Amino acid sequence: MLETRAAQALPNASAIKTSLFKLTKWNSALVFLSLLFSIPLAVVFGSLFFPEYEVWEHLRATVLTDYIGNSLALLIGVGLFSLLLGVIPAWMVTMYRFPFSRQLEWALLLPMSMPAYIIAYSYTGALDVAGPLQTMLREFTGWQYRDYWFPEVRSLGGAIAMLSLVLYPYIYLLARAAFIEQSVCVLEVSRTLGCNAVDAFRRVALPLARPAIMVGLSLVVMETLADYGTVQYFGVSAFTTGIFRTWFGLGNSLAAAQLSALLLVFVAVFLYLEKRSRKQARYHHTSSTYSSLMQQRLTKRQGFIALAICAAPLVFGFIIPVSLLINWAVDTYAVVLGKDFYLLLFHSLLLAFVTSVLALAIALFMAYSNRNSPSLLNRIMVRFVSMGYAIPGTVIAVGVLIPFAWFDNSLDTLLMENLNISSGLLISGTVFTLVFAYLVRFLAVSINTVEAALGKIKPVMDEVAKTTGMRAGTIVKRIHIPMMRGSLLTALLLVFVDVLKELPATLILRPFNFNTLAVRTYELANEELLAEAAVPALAIVIAGIIPVIIISNSISRSRPGHE
Amino acid sequence: MNKLLFISLLLVQQLSFAAEVNVYSARKEALIKPLLDRFTVETSIIVNLVTGKADTLLKRLEVEGKNSPADLLLTVDVARLIRGKDKGLFQEINSSILEQTIPEYYRDSTNEWYGLSLRSRVIVYSPDRVIKNDLDSYIDLADDKWKNRICVRSSSNVYNQSMVSAMIANYGLKKTERWAEGLVNNFARSPKGGDRDQIKAVAAGVCDVALVNNYYLAGMLESSQKSEVAAAKKVKLFWPNQDGRGAHMNVSGVAVLKSAKNKKEATQLLEFLVSDYAQQWYADTNHEYPINPNIESNSVLKSWGKFKADDLNLGLLGKHNTDAVLLMDRVGWK
Repeated sequence: MLETRAAQALPNASAIKTSLFKLTKWNSALVFLSLLFSIPLAVVFGSLFFPEYEVWEHLRATVLTDYIGNSLALLIGVGLFSLLLGVIPAWMVTMYRFPFSRQLEWALLLPMSMPAYIIAYSYTGALDVAGPLQTMLREFTGWQYRDYWFPEVRSLGGAIAMLSLVLYPYIYLLARAAFIEQSVCVLEVSRTLGCNAVDAFRRVALPLARPAIMVGLSLVVMETLADYGTVQYFGVSAFTTGIFRTWFGLGNSLAAAQLSALLLVFVAVFLYLEKRSRKQARYHHTSSTYSSLMQQRLTKRQGFIALAICAAPLVFGFIIPVSLLINWAVDTYAVVLGKDFYLLLFHSLLLAFVTSVLALAIALFMAYSNRNSPSLLNRIMVRFVSMGYAIPGTVIAVGVLIPFAWFDNSLDTLLMENLNISSGLLISGTVFTLVFAYLVRFLAVSINTVEAALGKIKPVMDEVAKTTGMRAGTIVKRIHIPMMRGSLLTALLLVFVDVLKELPATLILRPFNFNTLAVRTYELANEELLAEAAVPALAIVIAGIIPVIIISNSISRSRPGHE
Repeated sequence: MNKLLFISLLLVQQLSFAAEVNVYSARKEALIKPLLDRFTVETSIIVNLVTGKADTLLKRLEVEGKNSPADLLLTVDVARLIRGKDKGLFQEINSSILEQTIPEYYRDSTNEWYGLSLRSRVIVYSPDRVIKNDLDSYIDLADDKWKNRICVRSSSNVYNQSMVSAMIANYGLKKTERWAEGLVNNFARSPKGGDRDQIKAVAAGVCDVALVNNYYLAGMLESSQKSEVAAAKKVKLFWPNQDGRGAHMNVSGVAVLKSAKNKKEATQLLEFLVSDYAQQWYADTNHEYPINPNIESNSVLKSWGKFKADDLNLGLLGKHNTDAVLLMDRVGWK
């Protein structure tokens, strides 16, 4: 039913698209922007034209199977766990009332502010064989190391757990937004047709929310593939650690770039399979009349079970690691907190703010161009740019470094030859380079979010508005923006939090005397000074909490009729 | 208001004319900044700093080329200095102060890089489970008697790469590969964590011996964290290879870049880094051996006594680095 209704709306769509905006400028500007942000990706792919047979033969004979196997295991493990941790609580807090369900609505997002490498540090510090828990266990029982079994944190399984615990919020966020937006009527109809509660979830709500959940899942998958900090710390040889090893250990940056290109192929295949599995099915909501969602009050016993299920990701993904960090920070804050600490905080916030605003503006522009003059080229360009999310920060950084320095040096040579003026390095080594790299890496987040939001506005609405005499600008201002406000804010804040947490690109590209919280955390943790690292780590988490809470509120409010 | 403007203009002018030196450092900020600040106080030369991983800094220098703003590169391992030299990034610096202070085998033969501090890769062991006389050399760790008893960090770490490079230089590729195979067979667990982690693993009973850089053990003994001190006290240090070539040594070092626009200031900073003050600071704060033989080492280091150090030409460590990584891949050293 849903599909046929949507299909009927489609032919109308193409009619307005041609008339709403001037096309040619939009199109060419979109292609230009996409090309600009594709430069680092092009550098990565360009490496494929210079095969390094010898290194590849070595990799194939020794470590490549390990890299691929572990990365696949990570991908599947993190994907599955994040789906479970994200979708089920999202459904429960949306549909049911139980103790603390209101608080959980926003609190379940909190782990998002926790960088994966930091949750890895804190759990390792507590649960490792030399950590306080196992030490106490040994002292208390008199057992030796080999006398008992204890889960090994630093393992493939541990990496899957850590990454799932901090990445599930992407799915939770989008799934909940989708559940909130669903029409009660559809659910009610499904119940009259004989679906029980589980069926209504499985057969109606889930398919309707699927595009949103898949956007979340693809973000999770890409983050997982790009993660270096956690797998490296846990000694899991995955693709990213392989890239670093090939580059640093073997000193072969070309082969390293080729490995990254291979990683991208993984991502492309995943995205393609996901798209194909949805086939042509489009799920538009058919009804715009919302009656407020009646949350079902659970019995005491049911409520307790629901609470346990929904609180688990929060407890393990946020409360425990933050408590551990606080515990360490108490010992060390006096040493670490100094005048320059506030400068770190300022740098981190500034970078996050500037990048998130720019990313939103660019994403809006791309999404609109795509909507107004859809072409295969546009779609491919936008998809290509979105792949930056799956590339490890270090690779992106180098992909930015090379063309920028080339530009600077060429300009310098040109000016020297003709005017005898040296421009030196104009943009390399400035904050501009850094923000550019962030954009390459995180544009996917804002593009996906904005596109999803814009896609939900049925083209027929534009058409109706047009018949009332509204002009394009007015339609955007009076119809689109109010409808998308929640999503736009989400796009803004997701990038904000991502930049706060970003480490490798920052480490490579930042200017002189310019540090961020993430850099400080890394430097201390890398020297195995976990206690000292806890203070800046906590600052990242706290700075990230505020936007996360704002996101959550805006989503709750986004539902028409929500008080 | 006008006055204020005037003063700030004056300040800006002052700043732009002040002598500067730009440093790319693979040594973490906390472990170098205090020294650089001291240099600024002594000379009024402003030091601008970017820290990062040695390889990415090298890459940055390489692509920035002749216009790179950097004057100086600090690394924590000699292999990366040699990689930089091979890429032609450095320039010769001739200074009688440097030549007099730094022993010949801890600096480049053509004066393109200089060692600043020394560290040794040593064996730590559990005195409860290991009889000291059973320990001997690195080679001996491949013996079957150590089965399931050895901890060491990942082979992605440059300290391990340099150690294996030294083995290749001393014993040749074939023998080193056989040795590494045996060593990997004796691992108590798949490599994970840093050097401190290996020490803690010995203390916790996961393994009986571990290979670590010695300043980590000293750092743990003088740590403000009780658990670190407790773990460090459960292990002992053993100097390997004392009947052979001596314990494997590595340096943290420095090079002046070809692109340097402040060569004079850079040289001044270089000379400051081998001064008594700076060398004493390295010894006290980082628990490294001063490169300047006249400076006393830290009390913990002294308590470990004198030892025989391998005087292998450090240039060879860089030469064999790639071979070492390929070899470790082949024997399955993760």
